[in-house]
Amino acid sequence: MSRTVLEVQGVTKRFGGLVAVRDMRFDVTEHEVMGIIGPNGSGKSTMINMISGLFPPSEGSIRLKGAELAGLPAHKTARKGVGRTFQLVRLLPELSVVENVVAGAVFGHRRRWGKPAEAHARQLLERVGLGASIGLPISSLTYIDTKRVELARALAGDPEVLLLDEWLAGLNPTELATGIDLVRSLRDEGRTIILVEHVMDAIRSLCDRCVVMSSGAKIAEGTPAEVLSDAEVIRAYLGEDEDA
Amino acid sequence: MNAQEIGKVIPWALLLLAAAFVPVVFSPYWLSMATTMAMFVVLATSWALFSGPTHYISLATAAFFGVGTFVTGLGFQTLPFWMLPLIAAALGGILAALVGMVTLRLSGVYFVIFTLGLAELVRQLVTWVQNQTGQRGMYVLTSITERDIYWMLLGLAALVYLAGWLIGRSKLGFALRIIGNDETVARHVGIDTALAKVALFTIPGMAAAAVGAILAPRYIYIEPSTAFAPLLSFQVVIMALLGGTGRLWGPLAGVIPFTLLWEFITRQAPNQTLLLLGIVFLLIVYVLPGGFVGLWARIRRRFHQGGGA
Ligand SMILES: Nc1ncnc2c1ncn2[C@@H]1O[C@H](COP(=O)(O)OP(=O)(O)OP(=O)(O)O)[C@@H](O)[C@H]1O
Ligand SMILES: [Mg+2]
Repeated sequence: MSRTVLEVQGVTKRFGGLVAVRDMRFDVTEHEVMGIIGPNGSGKSTMINMISGLFPPSEGSIRLKGAELAGLPAHKTARKGVGRTFQLVRLLPELSVVENVVAGAVFGHRRRWGKPAEAHARQLLERVGLGASIGLPISSLTYIDTKRVELARALAGDPEVLLLDEWLAGLNPTELATGIDLVRSLRDEGRTIILVEHVMDAIRSLCDRCVVMSSGAKIAEGTPAEVLSDAEVIRAYLGEDEDA
Repeated sequence: MNAQEIGKVIPWALLLLAAAFVPVVFSPYWLSMATTMAMFVVLATSWALFSGPTHYISLATAAFFGVGTFVTGLGFQTLPFWMLPLIAAALGGILAALVGMVTLRLSGVYFVIFTLGLAELVRQLVTWVQNQTGQRGMYVLTSITERDIYWMLLGLAALVYLAGWLIGRSKLGFALRIIGNDETVARHVGIDTALAKVALFTIPGMAAAAVGAILAPRYIYIEPSTAFAPLLSFQVVIMALLGGTGRLWGPLAGVIPFTLLWEFITRQAPNQTLLLLGIVFLLIVYVLPGGFVGLWARIRRRFHQGGGA
């Protein structure tokens, strides 16, 4: 039987008067790719940020393999096995590409230091397809390569669960195909992934299951085919002007 | 340590050895100058160890320094002199850790203001205690000579460089570079950023307090207004930034020209020293961002490009 890795129960987040996430609940099982989709501003990133410990939920519980994460600061959730990328890519501009990835390997969930950490980082960079640009300064990387470095950094601590917040956003069609293949290969490695995504092709081809959010609340859950044909989901998407 | 690292250490060891002969070779005037330089080398280098990677500007040097001078002032008659810098360093480290715990969660601006206020706070506290006990200042009359002070400061400088070198190779050093680049990322890769910053902030705290303790006999008479003078904090920041914080040798490269210039100005036009501080500050901001370290990096880059390598 597959085990539950992450359990989100009754999670709510208020920013002053605004309820960004309302009573969210879902489970993520091991080796599963779980999508979180929904219109702009529906609370997807806020959900990811609470799991990663960027800020605490106002209410509710988030458990990683039974251990409570809710309210823990980010460095503790990272050590417990949460790895993530950011919706707006965040790299360490004064560090080399390899050091950017080593950063993810030294202090987190599974730790390495010195030569083994560097070897691990190089191997991951190869893995995400950045072998050729490895010697470039961060400032001269292409957009997709910055995304690759960030992904390699998130993988470097061997996380129990990987959170990808719109990792495929902003890629051109060719890059998008490469990106989807890459995430699929991670999935085939047996990683557990939560994927926030707007790109429908990616959702269809990558996700085992999806949770759909609208105005902070969960409005549907199921396989991509199920949720994308759900009347309420269609209304939520058509009810606003999607950008593309 | 591998052969390459040993090769890097040897010139520094020779430089230190040469510096140790200054009191034997040079006149008392130059010894006094060298002592001032050694003092600023310790202060600016330890300052840069913290402020360089974290980008937090600390103006607390005078607070730690003042605490150190008072440790000597209170203890020199009862304790052997060698113990005083150690006690001062312990107190400076504790004070820095406390201040760090309170302030390092705040953003950089609040940190600057708080550290500036700290020297004033401690000064007022000492003054109040002295008023209660009916004291004003105190005489520090010892048999410690300028040479002794110089050599002690040189030893302390060697310790600071050693600490800097060790930290640079350590996980703490790496963590601080990450924090300096993006604190959010630092937390998300598992770094306890508050702990790392507090741990590192104790180093300038310890170093500056030890410097104060060692230098107290030089002043003969100490009182709060001079021991905690905020000018010292600003001098240290300017010298460290002039040299550059990116490399361990940076502050040294700022201290030497600045101290010479300061001495020159004090003799020619004693009222213009603050003007010098201001001009050097403008120079750093507009002409020399990154200090001499940054300039050196640019020159090397140009040289490498020009060489067509
Ligand atoms: N730190 C914050 N402080 C205040 N309000 C916030 C904060 N973060 C998010 N919000 C608000 O919460 C709501 C949900 O935002 P969130 O970023 O989670 O949406 P999203 O689903 O990720 O949208 P997008 O698809 O555009 O990335 C928005 O109204 C947003 O303005
Ligand atoms: Mg978002």
